[in-house]
Amino acid sequence: MTSTTVTGRRSAGDRGSAPGGLPLTRVSGVGLGVAMLWFSLLVLIPLAAVAVTASEGGWSQFWRTVTQEQTAAAIELTVGTAFLVTLVNIVMGTAIAWVLVRDRFTGKRVLEILIDIPFALPTIVAGLVLLSLYGPKSPLGVNIANTRTAVFLAFLFVTLPFVVRTVQPVLAELDREAEEAAASLGARRFTIFRRIILPGLTPAIAAGAALSFARGVSEYGSLVLLSGNLPMHTEVASVRILSSIENDNPENAAAVAVVLLAISFVVIVAVDVLQRRMVRRG
Amino acid sequence: MADTPTIEATADHPAEHAPLPGRARRRGRPPVGRYALRLVVIAYLFLLVAWPLYLVAQNTFKDGFDDLSAILDDPDTVHALRLTLTIAVTSVIINTVFGVGISFLLVRYRFPGKRLLNAVLDVPLSVSPIVVGLALILVYGGRDGWFGPTLEDAGLQVIFATPGMILATTFIALPLMIREVVPVLEEVGDEQEQAARSLGANAVQTFRRITLPAIKWGVVYGVVLSLARALGEFGAVKVVSGNVSGDTRTATLVVEEKYLNFDRGGAYATAFLLALVAVACIVVVSLIRPKDPKEKR
Repeated sequence: MTSTTVTGRRSAGDRGSAPGGLPLTRVSGVGLGVAMLWFSLLVLIPLAAVAVTASEGGWSQFWRTVTQEQTAAAIELTVGTAFLVTLVNIVMGTAIAWVLVRDRFTGKRVLEILIDIPFALPTIVAGLVLLSLYGPKSPLGVNIANTRTAVFLAFLFVTLPFVVRTVQPVLAELDREAEEAAASLGARRFTIFRRIILPGLTPAIAAGAALSFARGVSEYGSLVLLSGNLPMHTEVASVRILSSIENDNPENAAAVAVVLLAISFVVIVAVDVLQRRMVRRG
Repeated sequence: MADTPTIEATADHPAEHAPLPGRARRRGRPPVGRYALRLVVIAYLFLLVAWPLYLVAQNTFKDGFDDLSAILDDPDTVHALRLTLTIAVTSVIINTVFGVGISFLLVRYRFPGKRLLNAVLDVPLSVSPIVVGLALILVYGGRDGWFGPTLEDAGLQVIFATPGMILATTFIALPLMIREVVPVLEEVGDEQEQAARSLGANAVQTFRRITLPAIKWGVVYGVVLSLARALGEFGAVKVVSGNVSGDTRTATLVVEEKYLNFDRGGAYATAFLLALVAVACIVVVSLIRPKDPKEKR
C-alpha cells in the first residue's frame, strides 16, 4: 500500500501527458471527490463497520466465534470445496479456453454463450436449474440434493466463467511462431503445450483461479435450494453468517464475515501482484 | 518455470523422446486429440449448463402456459417483478454514472492512491452477498446502525425498505461497468480529446462530444451485464429487504419462497422468467460485441 502512494506521488511530479495521465483539474478533482464519497458510503464504510463490529469483543471473542464447532466446520467446508472447484476450473477452464480459441466448428458461438450464463443467471435460479437435473426428480437418476457433492456442483456452476474468460484473451494473443518452430523441430504436441504454451498462460490461469476461488468462498444463493444447509454437513460460511444475522447476533456474523473478507483481500492482492508481474514480462 | 522457453530447450527434448516411427508429425495425423478435447468440453458444458437450463424451461411448460399465467395473475408476484425491475433500473443508472466517471478518472488522470483505488473497486466482486447485506445493516440499520437512526429521524428508512435494496444491488454490480469501460477508454486513447481541448472545448464538452461517443459500446455492454446481475441479486437483497410479501419481496425471493412452500410450478415459472432475461442479456452482448479480430488470425 505504501508503494502505491509513493509511485503515485512520483508520477504526480511529472508534467504533460505522461503515461500516468493528466494532473487533476478542478472539474475532475470535484468529480473524483464525489465518486469517492459515494464509494465510501456504499462500500468502504459498510465494510469497515463489519471489521469494527467483529473487533468489538476483542481477539479472544473473535477467535472463540470463528472456532466454534459448527462455524469452523462451515468455514472448512467452504474453503475446501472452493479449493477443489478451483482445481477443476484450472483444468477445465483452460481446456474450454483452448477449444474456444484454437478449435473451429459450427456452434462454437453457443458455447461462448453457455460460458457466460452462470455469471448472469440469478444464483437462486442457478440452484433450481441444477436441482432439476441432479435433484430428486433427476432424469439421470442421480440425486445429490442435500449432500456435499451439491455444494461442489453449485460452486462449479457459478465459477465456470472465471478461468475461461481470463485465459481466453491471453491464449488468443500468444505468438504461434514459437510453437510452429518447435513442431518443425519435432517436438511433440504435449511437449509444445508444456514448455511453450503453458508458461505464457500461467499468470492468466492463476488470476482466473483466484477469482474463481473468491467467488466460490462467497457463494450463497445457489446453495439455498440445493444443499439443504445441514449444520456440520452442507452448511457453508455465508449461511452461518445469515443465521447469526437472523438470530440478532451481528458480532458473530461480523466475525465470520471478516474471515471471508480476509480471504477475498488476500486473493485480490495476489491477483494484483500477478498481473503486475505479467505486465513486466510482456 | 522458465520465463522464455528457448527453441534449444524444446529442440533437444525430442532427442530423448524421439517420435515413434509409425507416428506421423502434427500436421499429417488426424486430429484425434482435438476432437476428444472438443467432445469433453461440449459434454461438460452440456451437463453443467445447457441441460439443466433446458429442464427449467421444460418444467415451466409442463402444463402449458398455466404456471406462467398463474404467477402473472398473482398480485404479490407481479408486485415482486415490478419491484425487482425498479431496483435494477435504479441501480444500473447509479452504476453507469459512477462507473463511467470513475473509469474516465482512472484512465485519463493521475492522482495519489490510483493503483489502490483500482484494486479496491474490484472488491464487490468477491464479497459474499450475505456480507454485503450485513455491512449495510451495520451502517444503515434503523435500530443501531452507524447512520441509520439519524437517517430514520430525518424520515429516510434504508434497511427493510427500497433504498437499502437499491444500495445492496448497486454494491454487488458496481465493478461490472468499470471492467467494461476501462479497456475501451485505454484503447481509444486521448488524442481526439487533446485535439478538442486545444481547440478550446472545456472538460465537460470534450467528455460529452468526444469521449462518450467513442466508448458507447463499452457502456452498452456494461449496462446489459449490470442489468442482468441487478435483476438476479438474491442474497444481499434477502438480508436487507425483510422479505415481506407484496411489499419488499423481489422476484428472486419469490422463487425461493414458492419452492420451499411446495409451489414448484410457480417457482419454476418465476425462475424461467428470470433466466430468460439473463440469457437474453448474454445473447444481446454476444451479438453486438464485435468479433475479436485476434481470433481470426
